[in-house]
Amino acid sequence: MSKTEVAADYPQVRDQIRAQSGSVASRKIRERIIEFGMFLCAVFSVAITVGIVWVLVYESWHFFANVSLVEFLTDTQWTVLFENPRYGILPLVTGTLVTSVIALLVALPLGTTIAIYLSEYANSTVREILKPILELLSAVPTVVFGYFALLFVTPILQRVLPELPGFNMLSAGIVIGIMIVPYVSSLSEDAMKAVPVHIREGSYAMGATRLQTALRVLMPAAFSGIASAYVLGFSRAVGETMVVAVAAGTQPNLTLNPMEGAATITAYIVQVSLGDLPHGSVAYQSIFAAGLTLMALTLVFNIGGYLLRKRFREIY
Amino acid sequence: MEKPSPSAIENSVARNKKCDKLFAVVGLISTLIGMLTLATLLGDLAIDGLARIKPHFFTSFPSRFPAQAGILSAWVGTILVMIVTASTAVPIGIGAGVYLEEYAPKNWLTAIIEINIANLAGVPSIVYGLMALGLFVYQFRFGQSILSAGLTLALLILPIVIVATREAIRAVPGSMREAAYALGATKWQTTSDHVLPYSMGGILTGVIIGLSRAIGETAPLITIGALTFIAFLPDPPIKADFPFISFEWLWSPFSVMPIQMFNWVSRPQAEFHLNAAATGLVLMVMTLAMNAIAIYFRYRFRKRIKW
Repeated sequence: MSKTEVAADYPQVRDQIRAQSGSVASRKIRERIIEFGMFLCAVFSVAITVGIVWVLVYESWHFFANVSLVEFLTDTQWTVLFENPRYGILPLVTGTLVTSVIALLVALPLGTTIAIYLSEYANSTVREILKPILELLSAVPTVVFGYFALLFVTPILQRVLPELPGFNMLSAGIVIGIMIVPYVSSLSEDAMKAVPVHIREGSYAMGATRLQTALRVLMPAAFSGIASAYVLGFSRAVGETMVVAVAAGTQPNLTLNPMEGAATITAYIVQVSLGDLPHGSVAYQSIFAAGLTLMALTLVFNIGGYLLRKRFREIY
Repeated sequence: MEKPSPSAIENSVARNKKCDKLFAVVGLISTLIGMLTLATLLGDLAIDGLARIKPHFFTSFPSRFPAQAGILSAWVGTILVMIVTASTAVPIGIGAGVYLEEYAPKNWLTAIIEINIANLAGVPSIVYGLMALGLFVYQFRFGQSILSAGLTLALLILPIVIVATREAIRAVPGSMREAAYALGATKWQTTSDHVLPYSMGGILTGVIIGLSRAIGETAPLITIGALTFIAFLPDPPIKADFPFISFEWLWSPFSVMPIQMFNWVSRPQAEFHLNAAATGLVLMVMTLAMNAIAIYFRYRFRKRIKW
C-alpha cells in the first residue's frame, strides 16, 4: 500500500499528522533552521579562540609599541607599577617555571604510581570507589588550595626549614602538584588501559610480574598517552593562579631558589587586576603581554609534547 | 652467554615478586595520599572556620570587623553569576554537542571545531579572564558587571558541557535512531524526542560538573574587575510594578564567594583568616555536594538504561 493510499484511507490520521508537524515544506524549513542554529553553537567555540588570540595580540601590540621586545625578553626587572618602570618578563617566567617544576616533581611520580596501581593492581570495586574520590581533588576551588598552602603547608614546612619565609614558591608548588595529580593519573590510566590485552598477556606468559609488565611493557606502549597527560599537567601548573597569588607572594624575583617568594605571570595579572588601572595605560596593556607570554609558554610545551609523541608513537 | 644457576633464577623471581607486592602497597598509599589531602583540607577549614558559621555570617555584608563580617553579597553574587553562566553555557554547549555528533558532515570545518574544543579545555582560566576584560568589559561595554562575569564563566565551562554532551549522545545506540527514522520521524524529531532524553543523564552530569567548576573559579573574575568589598545587593529581579521583572541586576557590580575568600585570606590579620576558612568551608561543601550529585546521576542512569 502506498503512502497516499494510507492517507486517503485515514483522513483523520493525515490531518492529525499535519496539525502536529505542519506541511512537508514547512517541516523541512524548520529542520534547516534548527540545524543552522546548532551549527552556530558549534562555530561559537571557534569564536572563543579567535577572541582570545585577538584580544591578547591586539593589546600586546599596543604594549610593544611602548616597550621594546628586546627589553621585554632580556631585562631582569619587572617593575611596571613603580615610578621608573622596567619591563623584563624574566623574573615572572622564572617564578612560573620554579613553581611548575616543583608541582611536576610532586605530580608526575605520584600520578604515574596511582595510574599503574588503578589500572593494573586495583580490582574493579576498589577502582570504582577510589577514582571518583580522587577526582574530587580537581574539583576543589583553587582559592581553597591557596588557603591550604599559605596557612597549613607553609607552617608545617617552616618547622622543618625554619628560615622559610611566609610567602614561598616551595609550598605553592607542592600544593599545585597535589592538585594536578588527578589530571595526570586519570589520563595515564586511560592510556595504559588502552594497550591491547594480548600485549599484557604476552608479558605475563613470559613470567613477568605486574610491576615489570607495567614498567617495561605498558609504559613504553602507552607512552603517547602518558606524555599527553604530563603535558596537560604542566599546562595546568603553569596556568594555575590562585594558589601562587595567595601563597607565593606578589614580588617579582629573579631566582631559581624555591625557598624564596616570587610572583608568577598569573600572580602578576591578578595583582594588577585588583588595583584600579586606567584602561589603555601601559600597565593595563602589560597584563595582556604577560598573558601572551603564558600562552606562548604552554604552546611551546604542547608542541614539544606533540613532537615527542610523534617520535615514540606505538601503533597496534 | 653463561647459563644462570637455578638458585640465581629463584632469587631473581623472589625479588621480583617482592617488588611486585611492595608496589601494590606503594600504589595504595599514593592513592590514599590524594584522599588524605582532601580530608586534611576539609578538616583544616572546619577547625578554623566552623566557629564563624552562624546565621549572621550569611546575612551580613563584609565589614572591617572580622567577627561581624559575612558573605551576603558574595553568595548572592555567586547565585546571580551562575544563573547567567548556566543560561548561556547549557543551550550553546548542548547545541554544539548535538551538532557535532548528529549533524556535522566530515569536513575540514568540523575538524577545526573539534581540534579547537580540545585545545580550549587546556587554556588557563586566567586567559579567559583577559579575553573577557578586553572584549566584554571594554569592547562590548558590559562593564565590570554580573553579565560580564557570567558570560566569562560560561565560555570557560563550554568545552566541559560540549564534551559531556557528545559522550552521552555517542552512548545512545544507532538502533534507536533507526527505529525513529523508520516511523517517519525527521532528524530533529529523532534527536529531540529520542536521543536527547536518553542522553539526559550524561548531559546533566556534565552540566553540574561544569557549574561546580565555575562556582570555584576566582582568577578570571578578578581579571574582569570583581570587587572584593561590596556592601550592597544588586537590584532585585522581581519588581512590585509593571512589568514585574527587571534585568537591572545584570549590570550591577558584584563579588562572589571565592573572591571574598581570597580577599580575606590575603589580609595579614589572623582574625580574617577565620572568615576565609568559613567561606572556604561553604564553598567546599557546595562543590563537593554538586560533584556527589553528578556522580550519583552518572551511576543511576548507567544502571537504569539497559540497551
